[in-house]
Amino acid sequence: MSVPGIALAVEGLTLRFGGLTAVDNVSFEVREGEVLSLIGPNGAGKTSAFNAITGYIEPARGEIRYRGARLTGLRPNAIAALGVVRTFQKTSIFAGQTVRGNVAIGRHLHSRQRTLAILAGLSSVAREEAQSARDVGDILRFVGLKSRADTTAASLPYGELRLLEVAVALAAKPTLLLLDEPVSGMNPVETASFMKLLGEIRGRGITVLLVEHDMKMVMGASDRIVCLNQGRIIASGTPGDIQGHPEVVRAYLGSKYVAKK
Amino acid sequence: MKRALTALWLLFLASIPLWLTDLYALHVLILTGIFIIAAMSLNLLLGYTGQLSLGHVAFFGIGAYVSSLVSLGFEVHLLPNWVVSLEPKPVWLAMLCGVALAGLSGWVIGRVSFKVRGAYFVIVTVSFAEVVRLVALNWVELTQGPMALNNIPALRLAIPGVAELAFLRKSANYWLTLIVAVLCYVLIRRLVHSRAGRAMVALRENEPLATSVGIDVTHYLVLATVVSAAMAGAAGVLYAHYVRIVDPDVFLFIYTVTMVIMVISGGKGTQAGPIVGGLIFGLLPDVLRAAAIKPEIQWVIYGVLMILIVYFLPEGIVPAVRRWWQGRARTAATP
Repeated sequence: MSVPGIALAVEGLTLRFGGLTAVDNVSFEVREGEVLSLIGPNGAGKTSAFNAITGYIEPARGEIRYRGARLTGLRPNAIAALGVVRTFQKTSIFAGQTVRGNVAIGRHLHSRQRTLAILAGLSSVAREEAQSARDVGDILRFVGLKSRADTTAASLPYGELRLLEVAVALAAKPTLLLLDEPVSGMNPVETASFMKLLGEIRGRGITVLLVEHDMKMVMGASDRIVCLNQGRIIASGTPGDIQGHPEVVRAYLGSKYVAKK
Repeated sequence: MKRALTALWLLFLASIPLWLTDLYALHVLILTGIFIIAAMSLNLLLGYTGQLSLGHVAFFGIGAYVSSLVSLGFEVHLLPNWVVSLEPKPVWLAMLCGVALAGLSGWVIGRVSFKVRGAYFVIVTVSFAEVVRLVALNWVELTQGPMALNNIPALRLAIPGVAELAFLRKSANYWLTLIVAVLCYVLIRRLVHSRAGRAMVALRENEPLATSVGIDVTHYLVLATVVSAAMAGAAGVLYAHYVRIVDPDVFLFIYTVTMVIMVISGGKGTQAGPIVGGLIFGLLPDVLRAAAIKPEIQWVIYGVLMILIVYFLPEGIVPAVRRWWQGRARTAATP
């Protein structure tokens, strides 16, 4: 049973790729409504942990539960249906579709259309499509892509592409959103506005698990931070705890980061 | 405006048998129409889910054989004392059986290949078509093998005591083909403009992202295969009761290739694509023949035209024309 207040519980997660142990006996939990960041140097196992939580790789050992339901062994689409939705580290969109079309695909789980009704051309399907169009419009307004609705996704500038990825994930109405380096490659202005958006996502009651290298963003946006190094947790706590943690400074932040402060 | 244009276009197509006196030309149009239905069905898989079914002719042939056998009746000795026989059934029922069995085989292919994509999906479908062809060729007791099934009855629709309509004339077969083609077009249109169609496109464009937002891609791949196979089966059914002879050559690989050419040249993933491509490559051989060009030159022209289209319009004719049209409208808007 899940302890009240805990959304995602990861227990003893171990991931192996051949002889390499990418994640070794990692346990952490994400509380309802918080923003938890996973940080650590490249190869620490952050994205691998993401892939395990969302069902893209099978863990060698360990349990992952979301609101009491076991996620291990489920396929990604079943995990999404439980409200756990992710974005990808490498920009991942439906490139040939319009911005509007991308978000409409993201809304898949919440569109109620039976195949036979579609083939029969029932009016309920048309009504549902109209509802879908309104929902898509709301989401585009929320992330600030409304003016781009009819642009082909492939022709968006990079910063907007990353926003579109979040819009697609939001369309699936997640209760836990996993963001994999959402601001990598963004300029400082874009990053600042993304942090504002992240605040608004929180405001909607969505729990966020974040992987990010931009320390300004991580320190500013997270409630708690878990730091991984070589597949193990070396520290966890509030941004304040982490910044001063000697292990984290040595393995990841570097002494310059501390000196700068 | 758009609706009126569609109605006019349909009216024109429906009026063709009333003024076209050349029966051979009408015959070519019927066969082209049947091929266009098959190409539209292939486009649902290739154009929307992005999976190339290179054994699509199997569904066409299954539709043709099943419908013929149910309308002719058969008797096969499966074991020394186990005989399966079927009395001849009305043609409309046989036709439905043909479509249903083609759809069912599509379901099997979809399930079997639920994890294979790209080249592996191609191999599964090609193998399936070859297996079905060999069965049709060698199970002589059921299919007559190379001797072919002949005397296949034409469709008769009767309202008891009122009228009877026999689809013996070319004009009647033309209209039947047109109705089935329009029906398939409408069904595909509904499908692609729905949640299901978006899921298929999502599978084509980015499968990991599609699953991340909860799309059960296997389910939609199977759905697309079933609908596509049933429609290819419908084309086969029309063929069998129009030509009224079916032999194992209906499973020849060249027919699948023809369908692929029609879809790719017209523009895969667009609804008009297979129709435009189908008209060009369905009518071209006969147009060239009518122009009394030497046979060997005819096929050279066919091949060169195909290469030119694929080389200069890699996305196909319909998307290219659409882009040109939009570009023209834009330059007209900004003087």
